[in-house]
Amino acid sequence: MVDLNSFSLLALWSATALYALALIAFALDLGRRSAEVNDASHAVSSAVAASEARSEVTAEAGGGVAVKTRPAAKKRDDSAPQVTAKRSPSLRSAMALMVLGFLLHVAADVTRGIAAERVPWANLYEFVMTGTMLVVAVFLVVNIKVDLRYLGTFISLLVVSLLCMGTINFYVEVAPLPPALQSAWLVIHVFLATTAMGFLALGCALSVLQLIQARTEARGAAIGDLKLKFMATFPTAHRLENLAYRTVIVGFVLWTFTLIAGSIWAEAAWGRYWGWDTKEVWTFIIWVIYAGYIHARATKGWRGSRAAWLAIIGFGTVIFNFTVVNIFFNGLHSYSGL
Amino acid sequence: MWRQLTSMRTALLLLLLLAIAAIPGSLVPQRSSDPNGVTQYFTEHPDLAPVLDKVQMFDVFTSAWFSAVYILLFLSLIGCVIPRVTHHIGALRARPPRTPIRLSRLSDYSEVTYGADDGVKADAAAAVSSARDLLKKSKYRVELYEAPATRTSPASISVSAERGYLRETGNLVFHSALLLILLVVGIGGGFGYTGQRVVVEGQSFVNVLGDYDSFSPGRFFDPAQLSPYALTLDEFDVTYETENLNAYGQAIDFDAKVTTKTPGGGETDSSIKVNDPLRLGGTDIYLLGNGYAPTITVKDPDGNVVFTDSVPFLPQDPSTLTSVGVVKVPDGLTKQVGMVGFFYPTAYPLESGAYTSTYPGLEYPLLTLNVYTGDLGIDGGVPKSVYALDVDGMKPLTGGDTGVDSIELMPGQSTELPNGLGTIEFVNENPQKGSFAGSVHRFASFDIHSDKTQLGVAIGVVFVLLGLLTSLFVPRRRVWVKAYDNDDGTVRIEYAGLARGEDPGLADAVEGIAYRHGTELGVDRE
Ligand code: HEM
Repeated sequence: MVDLNSFSLLALWSATALYALALIAFALDLGRRSAEVNDASHAVSSAVAASEARSEVTAEAGGGVAVKTRPAAKKRDDSAPQVTAKRSPSLRSAMALMVLGFLLHVAADVTRGIAAERVPWANLYEFVMTGTMLVVAVFLVVNIKVDLRYLGTFISLLVVSLLCMGTINFYVEVAPLPPALQSAWLVIHVFLATTAMGFLALGCALSVLQLIQARTEARGAAIGDLKLKFMATFPTAHRLENLAYRTVIVGFVLWTFTLIAGSIWAEAAWGRYWGWDTKEVWTFIIWVIYAGYIHARATKGWRGSRAAWLAIIGFGTVIFNFTVVNIFFNGLHSYSGL
Repeated sequence: MWRQLTSMRTALLLLLLLAIAAIPGSLVPQRSSDPNGVTQYFTEHPDLAPVLDKVQMFDVFTSAWFSAVYILLFLSLIGCVIPRVTHHIGALRARPPRTPIRLSRLSDYSEVTYGADDGVKADAAAAVSSARDLLKKSKYRVELYEAPATRTSPASISVSAERGYLRETGNLVFHSALLLILLVVGIGGGFGYTGQRVVVEGQSFVNVLGDYDSFSPGRFFDPAQLSPYALTLDEFDVTYETENLNAYGQAIDFDAKVTTKTPGGGETDSSIKVNDPLRLGGTDIYLLGNGYAPTITVKDPDGNVVFTDSVPFLPQDPSTLTSVGVVKVPDGLTKQVGMVGFFYPTAYPLESGAYTSTYPGLEYPLLTLNVYTGDLGIDGGVPKSVYALDVDGMKPLTGGDTGVDSIELMPGQSTELPNGLGTIEFVNENPQKGSFAGSVHRFASFDIHSDKTQLGVAIGVVFVLLGLLTSLFVPRRRVWVKAYDNDDGTVRIEYAGLARGEDPGLADAVEGIAYRHGTELGVDRE
């Protein structure tokens, strides 16, 4: 038993280390993208008149930089990035590190579960361990469908920070479930909540990029003058917004299920399906903020940057709920194990 | 058709306001969920608390301002849903709209020209009719339109198709179901009640108003609603972790073994656990707390019993069950006597001389009591908590500065009360050699609820979910297929699509229709 748990802890630290290396590689990739944009912008300025600097530039793989100019964008929502990034060894190794880290992370989670003889999400340390695992899982799985690797810096930073905090500050030894947690709803409710967190994290990252991108686009600066040069290799604000929306609505639906599963459980455990316990209050607040986000997307004057802010605030409250509320707020949901 | 609703901004602001208004409910203890926390808050912040109370900070979710926000929100919701329902019913009956003149302006557009070389013999009319069948099969509503030749474009025939009305239906169902839930909770909540009752092992509870320790009825509650049943707590079993040293003594199971009696139904044995309530006579009985109830007998100097009862002691620390309780002996002795006691299931002396408990099971049970005489304050008719003794104005006889040691008893022991008041015994409920198991009764505290809203809310929630899923994930899109007869006998066919809202699958859908349409027309594909 105890040995399995030490293995779990070791695996988790190793996973954290791999994620940290991935973070470095992701950051290197951003740096490389900036350099590429620099090259491209020099190529542009030497190839075409400065007045056309906003036109599309394609940096092709292999040798120098091929420049292809097009007339002013025909469609407003042309979603192609201004500069197409080259295939990047740092990005590839970052993803490989993420996958390796994830495998170790799964091993850590599973062995913790076996050591505890129950699902490994019954105290704050385990919430963090499983929650971050699902964040990474969502990131990796979504990447199979849509290339969101450029979010790697954000995701790996989030996961590494949470894991360090979890392992250093919240670690507790394996303990059996207290009677209040002995319920199938623990499995469902908490699992849904943490998976939702994975999607909402992606939504937040995309919304941050959307804001930066929208600002750059509004300024209309030539790519050579960008502060964050790598942004030129990212999709347009419009495209980022659509991606953010798509991930957030999945997260929102999962969060709705979380809320409902939680109420059913609360009914069985405490005799009422809703009682405005601290954790219930925050679950509600998060739900309402994201409902606001979805509304904002359909509201004149709120689409775009304001909606993005709501997605970011929403994820802020998710993290707040997950950490601060768990630790410092009293309530029936006091299962942090601290 | 795709118009923005003008009041969306109001709805959004109210939603955000609702989120903000809920925050204080988590920062300040609430009367509804944490009444003890409120009392404590008043003690800790004597200046701030009354001010907060004025603005209903301890009752956020029933406060005037919180209610104002959600009532406004739901008024806005009604004002928004009703016109949309009528509009949507109209839309369900309407024909898909006329095909735009220039499809090439749309974002998902493609065109192809087919001729005999491709194996296609159809003319424009036949091509469009086959497209119509195809779209119909794919659950689109379809309508044919013909456009005569103009100066800029030749004559054409087209099919206009639309699908995904379910998206709007789902959205309306979702919002209406929210309203339903609010109504059910608002009205149905008035018919329910909740009550609490502490039952000691061996004792019974009868479901009548007077037998509850505390009771909060809804607005429309009628005592006749209480179904007559009796519940006896036969045994309260607790299992502690003893193998895992990291969690030694942690409770891993509570099991209240009860016998219930209903007028017609005879006796039934059941067990009530955390997460596993007993549903009986339209009420739900939950196990929410437990502790020890030492049995104490007090006799006067002549040996007559003046008091004997198992007194529930409130656990102060759930992990070791150090518990506090009071004993009140109003009659039979020369003076009214009150005692404040500590109970330690497994007592361990601290260096200061005080005790602590190191384990929640009965390994070395010890009861300590301090004795007071004076006015117990229970003759004034004001109900007093059975768990608290107001010792102001009473005279301490033991402990503190009195110079007399507190009473210390283990199960089965008895001793003299100070000042010759009489004797006190800590009764051993299960005298057996070598073990204290079962020597002290346990109590279970039950919450008994009758909630008439559950079914209504459950139905509302199902509609909320179905509505949400269809509204977010059913794409609503229009597709057009337009065909022109060319002079050389070939047909030119245009395909285009338009989505409402986010529709990542639109391009694929239009492409797929174009491909399948080609196949239908007999295009050779090798
Ligand atoms: C009780 C407060 C409300 C909540 C919790 C809420 C929640 C939501 C949610 C979760 C969605 C997305 C799912 C769906 O499309 O069905 C949505 C969409 C929508 N809501 Fe509400 N809503 C509320 C009030 C209102 C009000 C008052 C209006 C009218 C002004 C409104 C108008 C809409 C519209 C038009 C959409 C569709 C947005 C789109 O197509 O993207 N809602 N609402």
